[in-house]
Amino acid sequence: MKGGLRQSMAWLHTWSGLLLGWLLVAIFITGTSAYFRDEISFWMAPELHQSVASEATPELAWATLGATAPDARAWDIILPHDRSPVAELRWQPDTPEAAEGGGRRRGERVEMDAGSGEILEPRASRGGDFLYRFHFELYGVPRIWARWLVCVATMMMLVAIVSGVITHKKIFKDFFTFRPGKGQRSWLDAHNATAVLALPFHFMITYSGLLIFMVMLMPWGMNAAYEEGWRGFFNDVFPRQEATATGGAPAAMVGAIRPLVNRAEATFGQPAQRISVSWPNRDNARIEISTGKEAAITDRRRGGNPTLVFDGRGDLLETKPGLYDDGASARIYNLMVNLHLARFADPATRWLFFLFGVVGSAMAVTGMLLWVSKRTQQLRGREPGFNLRLVNGLNMAAITGLMTAMAGYFIANRLLPADLAGRESWEIRVFFLTWLATLLHALVRPHRRGWIEQLAALALLWLAVPLVNLATTDSHLFSAIAWRHGALASFDLVCLLIAAGAGYALWRLAVHRPARKPARAARAARALPEGETAS
Amino acid sequence: MSRLSYKRLAGAPRLGVALRAVVAVFGGYALAAAATAALALWLPMARSDAVLTGTLLSFLIYTGAVLWAFSTRSVARAWVGILVPAALCAALAWLGGA
Repeated sequence: MKGGLRQSMAWLHTWSGLLLGWLLVAIFITGTSAYFRDEISFWMAPELHQSVASEATPELAWATLGATAPDARAWDIILPHDRSPVAELRWQPDTPEAAEGGGRRRGERVEMDAGSGEILEPRASRGGDFLYRFHFELYGVPRIWARWLVCVATMMMLVAIVSGVITHKKIFKDFFTFRPGKGQRSWLDAHNATAVLALPFHFMITYSGLLIFMVMLMPWGMNAAYEEGWRGFFNDVFPRQEATATGGAPAAMVGAIRPLVNRAEATFGQPAQRISVSWPNRDNARIEISTGKEAAITDRRRGGNPTLVFDGRGDLLETKPGLYDDGASARIYNLMVNLHLARFADPATRWLFFLFGVVGSAMAVTGMLLWVSKRTQQLRGREPGFNLRLVNGLNMAAITGLMTAMAGYFIANRLLPADLAGRESWEIRVFFLTWLATLLHALVRPHRRGWIEQLAALALLWLAVPLVNLATTDSHLFSAIAWRHGALASFDLVCLLIAAGAGYALWRLAVHRPARKPARAARAARALPEGETAS
Repeated sequence: MSRLSYKRLAGAPRLGVALRAVVAVFGGYALAAAATAALALWLPMARSDAVLTGTLLSFLIYTGAVLWAFSTRSVARAWVGILVPAALCAALAWLGGA
């Protein structure tokens, strides 16, 4: 194209960025929240907050499943761990439909108080899973279309990253440049800083996001090399044991599970995480007890945990140390997927990933604001046209609107009655109705006043989340701190931080007057979501 | 269509961008898909390793193709530079699969 490589890359960066920028902002923000998916789900189920793990938890879970589902196809007990203090019990009823799914269907699931063994009945909520799923398959759109759309945006992001780096010949010098209070220049500097600061993260999260969907996106290598396509490939790389198809004759199982749990913990020197039983109370029952592992980040995500396999009477059948000899390419794949999902992360690392996610969101957001800012500046004081107002309005809905809707979702979780029919759908409806309201508002008021109003709503609603929590539950910020419950306390503190951040932006936009007021810039910046030049 | 009018069309900014976008999106994907299949069949390593290596590279190949489509001097170059390697990879994959 005309004007050399850098110009054509800049052009490509600008337009690929704008086209899918709104979607990317939403993916980044909800995806960032997904690093704390378990913690968000836990916060949204106050009925679980009293549960505390105890020595007796496995036994209680064992007895509960024995009484509730003695003739199931399979049981799964997920013992309490540092991200969740409840025991999760799952089972698959022995029905023809379950047999059809090869025993891989979800089945039934309840949560059990880890101390008392009582079955808990948390309010119906999709919790953090809704935000997590939204970040790769949106909502209410056929799953396959949504995933393709998200992947196209991800691919464009990869193109935007690489073309952005090429555009940027003074990448390190620019990184140390920040010119606050200068409208477009400030947005450009902030966009550069957030992009360069976390460049490896941005590349990793984008590339690994594509790899997670490689079977859907790029099956051609698998199809070329294997008769059975991707299934053949996965059986080759990640072989899995198929569950026995039919249950045997009824037979009693061990009455106490604790000795087997102790044996697994002693063998591997790690706490037990999961007890899985296929064909419980039959003569071909298999009891598998898996522990945690000191995982290398290049290890496969699933099935690699050290496991002891027993028969129904408690005799040891097999010891699986959980070591795999993956090839170089599989290790790279594992590394990328592990980094994306961050399931391995301890709390400090998890916060670091969350911060990178925030920086990534900020990069997407500042890129969108820069697009509007630059074109507003070029107007030199003339009224912005329809397109510019539309982009500015959509920016508002995508940025402040989405954040406001998230606060609405959390508030709905506390205020909707627990026995409301279809309660979890109502939480999600509140989310989308709030978002729709901000979109309509943004389209009607696509200018500085509009930004001020949306920031005010954003700050108020996020401030309201911990307050409503205080009014409606016993596990509010003060008791969470008293119980030293880090996840619950952090949730409310992050709400306050977001409210404070929005409040600061509001103050800059609405009240703050800079010392110097270059007249030209002041005239030009009427539609800017940034107060210091729009005086 | 005569050579001259083709040139004039491809030189028009909007049409040029559209032609580049088409070859970037669809040609780039075709190149990545064909290259992945060829690598999966021809890389001298274990079959699963070759498949995964090819797939890992596919998204980088796609990215490279998109950048190429928008950075060449002429639209014709953009098309040739993507479709010829794609055809070569497809031929390799076809040979390897036979």
